[in-house]
Amino acid sequence: MVMASRSTFKKPIGVVGAGSFGLAVANLLAENSQVLLFARNPEVVEAINTTKTWDKYKMHENVHAINDIQQLAEKCEVIFPVVPSANFREMIKTLSPFLHPYHILIHATKGLDLNLPRGKTLADMEVLERRHIKTMSEVILDESVVVRVGCLAGPNLAFEIAQGLPAATVIASHFNEVIQIGQQLLRSDRFQVYGNPDLTGIELCGVLKNIIAIASGALSGLELGENARSLLISRGMVEMIYLGRAMGGKTESFIGLAGIGDLVATSHSTLSRNFTVGNRLAKGENLEDILKDMKEVAEGVNTIRISKKIAESFKIRAPITEILYRVLFEGLTMEDAVQYLMKYPLNVDVDFM
Amino acid sequence: MFERYKSKRKYEPILPGPREWPVVQISKNRKEFVQEVSDIAFERIKNTTRNKTALIEELETTLFKEKARIRENPWKVDPDDDNSFWSGVKHKLLDLSQKKVKDSDEVDKILKEIIHRYADEIAGNFNTSHYRFARGVATFGFNRLLNAARVKKFGSFWSDKLTMDDKIQINGEVDKLREMAKKGTIVLVPTHSSNLDSILIGWVIYTLGLPPVIYGAGLNLFNIAIISYFMNSLGAYKVDRRKKNMIYLETLKTYSSLALQKGCESLFFPGGTRSRSGMLEKDLKLGLLGTAIEAQRINFQEKGDAAEKIFIVPVSLNYHFVLEAPSLIHQYLEKQGQERYYVENDEFSSSYKIITFLFKFFTKGSNISVSIGKPMDVLGNEVNENGESIDKNNRIIETKDYFTYQNEITIDKQREAEYTRMLSEKIVTQYRKIARVFSSNLLAFAAFEILKKRNKKLDLFSLLRLPDEDLIITYEELKSVCEKLKKKILERVEEDCMSVADHILEPIDSIIAHGLLNIGMYHSKRPLIKTKEGDITTMDMNLLYFYRNRLDGYGLEKYV
Repeated sequence: MVMASRSTFKKPIGVVGAGSFGLAVANLLAENSQVLLFARNPEVVEAINTTKTWDKYKMHENVHAINDIQQLAEKCEVIFPVVPSANFREMIKTLSPFLHPYHILIHATKGLDLNLPRGKTLADMEVLERRHIKTMSEVILDESVVVRVGCLAGPNLAFEIAQGLPAATVIASHFNEVIQIGQQLLRSDRFQVYGNPDLTGIELCGVLKNIIAIASGALSGLELGENARSLLISRGMVEMIYLGRAMGGKTESFIGLAGIGDLVATSHSTLSRNFTVGNRLAKGENLEDILKDMKEVAEGVNTIRISKKIAESFKIRAPITEILYRVLFEGLTMEDAVQYLMKYPLNVDVDFM
Repeated sequence: MFERYKSKRKYEPILPGPREWPVVQISKNRKEFVQEVSDIAFERIKNTTRNKTALIEELETTLFKEKARIRENPWKVDPDDDNSFWSGVKHKLLDLSQKKVKDSDEVDKILKEIIHRYADEIAGNFNTSHYRFARGVATFGFNRLLNAARVKKFGSFWSDKLTMDDKIQINGEVDKLREMAKKGTIVLVPTHSSNLDSILIGWVIYTLGLPPVIYGAGLNLFNIAIISYFMNSLGAYKVDRRKKNMIYLETLKTYSSLALQKGCESLFFPGGTRSRSGMLEKDLKLGLLGTAIEAQRINFQEKGDAAEKIFIVPVSLNYHFVLEAPSLIHQYLEKQGQERYYVENDEFSSSYKIITFLFKFFTKGSNISVSIGKPMDVLGNEVNENGESIDKNNRIIETKDYFTYQNEITIDKQREAEYTRMLSEKIVTQYRKIARVFSSNLLAFAAFEILKKRNKKLDLFSLLRLPDEDLIITYEELKSVCEKLKKKILERVEEDCMSVADHILEPIDSIIAHGLLNIGMYHSKRPLIKTKEGDITTMDMNLLYFYRNRLDGYGLEKYV
C-alpha cells in the first residue's frame, strides 16, 4: 500500500510556506512524491534549489522550490498550505483565482482567523459570535472554490522529524477521500497517519494547545516541577475541550493524538516558540521584547487574545486562558498568575464526558 | 392592493410539444424504464451488501417490516396481492434457510422480485392527454370556483373576471429559471407546508411554460380515486413513507436518479414532509437530493463536457393561511412534548375531506405567493445566463471538477454524501432569503414574542397554556414592536438576505389591518383578533405559534 502510493501521483504535491513546519511537511511528502514548495522570498527559493538547504534545515532532493503561486496551483492538485494564520486569508486570496474544484487542500496552520464586521477590531466587539471566528479550513471554503479540504495536526516537532525519529499525525476531513490521499502521501516507515472526520475538532486541537504550551513554558521558567506541569496539562485539556466544543469540535477528538498527544509533546518541548514565550515571560521579560526577537510567529499569543473573548462571549470557564491574557496584555506577573490558579475555586476533576 | 394592477405576463412554453417532453419518453416506455430502474437498483443493493448472508439478512428485515406494515397500517391504495406476495417471499426465504448450501441465484431472484415490485409501484403513469385534461380541468375549475365565491352569485360561476393569476403571484428568478430549463434539467426544491403545495406547484410549472415535472407524491394521496387520477396525470410518482426498508429506499433513489439522467425535470420537497412547526425547513432529507448529485456525476461520466447540467432551484411557497395548521402544530407539539413514535397517518382519508379542503381554499383562500430562487448547480454554486457555474468573483468554474481526481471522474459515495449535505445547506440559506414575509407572519411573530418576553420564565409549553386574560396585547404595543421588526427586516432586505411582500412597504397601521384580516383567516379559532376594546389577542396560542414560526431562526427575537 505504502510502496504502491509512490507511483500513484502523477503530479507533484504542493506546499505553500517555507517556515520550519512548511519545510518539515515538504520533506515528509518528498519521501513519497515530487514536491513543489512555494516560498515568497526568492532567496529561499534560490537556496533550496541550489544547495538543498535553508536556514538550519536540509531539504530532501525531491523538493523543488518556486516563487510563482499560479504555477504551483496549475502543476499541483494536492496542496498543503502551511503559513501563519495572520497571513492565511491573504495567501488563499492570492491563490484562489488559480484554484479549481478538483484541488485538494490540506493545511497545517495552527491558528484562528477573525472575520469581524468591516472596520471593527477585536476590542470593539462586545460579543463574539461563532461566525466571527474562522478556522483555516473555513477560510479556504470562504475564499476559494475548493471544497475537499483537510487539516494536519498532531505531535510533530519539526526538528525531531528532521532527524528521522518516529512520529505520527492526524489528518482530518469531512471527506474520506482527502484522509486517504493524505495518508498515502505522508505515510512512511517512521511516520504514521491517523484519520478523523471531525475537521473542526482537530483544527481546534492544534490551535488551542498553543495556549497550554505558553503556560508550560512559564512553569519551566518558574521551575515549578513536573507535578505542576501534569496539573497544567490535565486542566489545560479540560479547558481546551470546553473551548473546542463551544466552537463545534467533538470531545473525542481532544483525547486523541492531535489533542492530548500534541499537548503532551508541546508542553515538554523546550524548543517550541510558544514554550519560549511563556518561559521568557516567567523570567520577567515583557511580551514586546520577546516577540521582537522571534523569527517566526508564536500562534499562541494571538490564540489567547481570541480565546479569551470566546470564553467571555460563550460563557465558558477558561481560567488558564484568562490569566495568561492578563499576563500577556495587562502586565500581571507569572507568579501572581500561578497563585491565582492555585486558588481557583472550582475543582471537579472530569465533567466533560 | 396595487398588486391587482400588476401586468400579468404570459409565458410561452419553452418546449413546443409533448413529444419533446422527457417525461413522455419515459412513460411511453414505462415497462422498459421500470426494468432499467430494477436492474440498476439491483446492482446498487448488491454492491452495498457485503455478501450473501448480509443480503439474506436484509431480505428478512424487509419481510419483517413489510409484514408489520400490512398488519398495522394498511391503506386502501395497497394492492390486493400485498399479503400474498409477502407470504410468498416468506416461504421462499424459509425454504432457503433450510438448505445447507444457499444458492446465490435463488437469493438474487427474490431480491429482483421485490425490487421490480417496488419500481413498478413507484413509477408514474404519465399520459399526455390526461395531463392536458387534468390541467385544463384544474385551471378552468379553479377559476370558476374563484369567481363564484368572490362575486357571490351563482351566475358568476361562468364569469371570467378573476383568474388564478389574481390570487397567486409568482416572483423571483422566473426568467432565469426558464432560461436554465432550456439549457439543462431543472430540479425544483420547494418548501412544504400544505397538501395544497403539490397542486399549487403544478399550476406554477404550467403557468411558467415549463414542461411537466415528475415529483414524488405521498402514496396516501393516491388513496382517493379522483386525486390519484390527477396525480398520475400530472407526472407524480409514488413515495410510500411507510416503507422505510433499504431495498425500497434504494429503488426509489434509483428511479429518481435515472429519470434525472434522462432529462426529466423533477421536484422534491426536500423537507420530506410538511413542516409541522410552521418553520422554514432547516434539516433537509438528503436521500432524494443526493440523486441529483449522483445523476449529474453519471451525466459527466457518460457524456463528458457535453453532459446535460442539472440545476437546483429553491422555491418558497408563502401563505397567510395553512388549512392544516391546527393538526400540524398539534403533531409538532406532541412530538416535542414527549419523544414518541407516531404512525405516519393519512389525514386526507376521504374524497370529501380533500374536496372541502380545496373548495375552502379556492373560494375563501387568501393570496398566495410563490418565490423562485436563484438556480444553482448541484454544489450550490450560482450559474450565469449560459448555465455555467460561477464562483464568488464571477469566475467560471467546471462542475465536473468536483467529481474528478487526477483528471478522472471517480465514483465516491462518501464524497457525494458530503456534497449533498453542503447542497442542503445552500438550499436552506436560499429559503431564508426568498421566503416572502407576509403581514400575517410579522404580526404573529410580534404578538408571540411580546407574550414570550412578558413571561420570560415560562417554557414553551407553559407559555402556550397561558390563560386568556394574560393574552391581551394593546394595539400600541403591537404597533411599536411591528414597527421595530419591520425596520430590521427591511434592513435585511437591503442586505439581500430576506424578502418581503409588497404590502410590507405600506404604513404600519395598514400592515396590521392587512395581517389581522388575513392571518389564518378560515380557522375556526383565529390566531389573532381585535377585541371590542381595540386590543389584540389570540384565540389559539398554538396557531399563533405556528404562524410565528415562519420567522424563526432569523434572530429577530432580540428586537422585540
